[in-house]
Amino acid sequence: MRPHLLALLAKEPAHGYELKQALEQTFGSAYPSPNIGQIYVTLGRLEKDGLVRAVDVEQSNRPNKKVYYLTAKGRESLTTWVEEPTEGPRVRDEFFMKLVLAPLTGIADRMALINRQRRHYLSLMSDLNDLLARTPAADRVALLLIEGAMLHLQADLEWLERCQEDLA
Amino acid sequence: MSVIKAVNLVKIYSGGAVPVPAVRGVDLQVEPGEFVAIMGPSGSGKSTLVHMLGGLDARTSGEIWLDDKRVDTLSESAWALLRRKKIGFVFQFFNLVANMTVADNVELPALLAGASPREARERRQNLLGALNLSERADAAPGQLSGGEQQRVALARALANQPSVLLADEPTGNLDSRNTRDVLRLLTEVHKDGQTIIMVTHDARVAALADRLVSLFDGAIVDDGRIARRRTGTAGEVIDLR
Repeated sequence: MRPHLLALLAKEPAHGYELKQALEQTFGSAYPSPNIGQIYVTLGRLEKDGLVRAVDVEQSNRPNKKVYYLTAKGRESLTTWVEEPTEGPRVRDEFFMKLVLAPLTGIADRMALINRQRRHYLSLMSDLNDLLARTPAADRVALLLIEGAMLHLQADLEWLERCQEDLA
Repeated sequence: MSVIKAVNLVKIYSGGAVPVPAVRGVDLQVEPGEFVAIMGPSGSGKSTLVHMLGGLDARTSGEIWLDDKRVDTLSESAWALLRRKKIGFVFQFFNLVANMTVADNVELPALLAGASPREARERRQNLLGALNLSERADAAPGQLSGGEQQRVALARALANQPSVLLADEPTGNLDSRNTRDVLRLLTEVHKDGQTIIMVTHDARVAALADRLVSLFDGAIVDDGRIARRRTGTAGEVIDLR
């Protein structure tokens, strides 16, 4: 969450609750409702590392609120995060390990593993279908996230087919 | 009572120098209202199986039952009659009649199945309406985009209210927006109780099914239900790291 908060603070200084709202507004339903406690903990760490600084702002009838702003070091860290290439999905995943190791153990044969995994992926896809149908067209960020997940699943399924042709 | 049942169904193509087995002993039973997706690598026998189920390809041995009647022994003309009444077909390529309007393309199968002209027209209006194609009723198929033509083909396949809809890669050459329209209609007719058997490579389409049959090398290697599990927002269903 660190770089996400840095990015929001690069736009304008804000206090914790405003950051929560900004996350919700920016991501729509694509962000699982951000936990305010986690936001404060993260802000505390960012402050300790010198990436943000806080000023107390007095409020009438209420305790002071802390407004956070980005430091030069924070901006530098944010730039690095944005500019470095992002890792793609890992393919040597848990299923891959099972697939390779299964025949050694004699516990399951590969065909059965592949078939079970295929149905699992399709059931995930079915959830995404439902989700896509339920997501309003205005929630564009969420729609993009869902479409991305669907394309990844489609690729996973094609890869399963390759495994089946090759190993079975 | 199953809508369709295949017993030890075999297809061997013997045209070439060596006989090629395409389907090697498939047992399949599909219940009313079920939506079955058939997946498998190319050459696994998916299309051959579905074509045999619809009588478009003759079986080498085994039995096919449709609505509790044995049909694999039927003559070609008897199959043709049966298809008009009981089977809807959608293919990757739409096979619409080029010199008939969209409306007539959709009404024809209903009329052939014995519906009155009024019934055929109502059914056509409903189907084209559901597919957002009402305004295209008087157009010729050639004036439609690929996605529109595929939707018309789907409407045509459903016009005779078939016992079973057989589909072979129905979204095979559609872009994602047109695929979405076809998905929506398939979901709707399935909800209304339409039995569907569909060969597809598209996981989004397959995921609409209740059940997945996986073919490999002409045989069923997996046959089971597709579970529906999680609900929630995009952020909850798709893990953000």
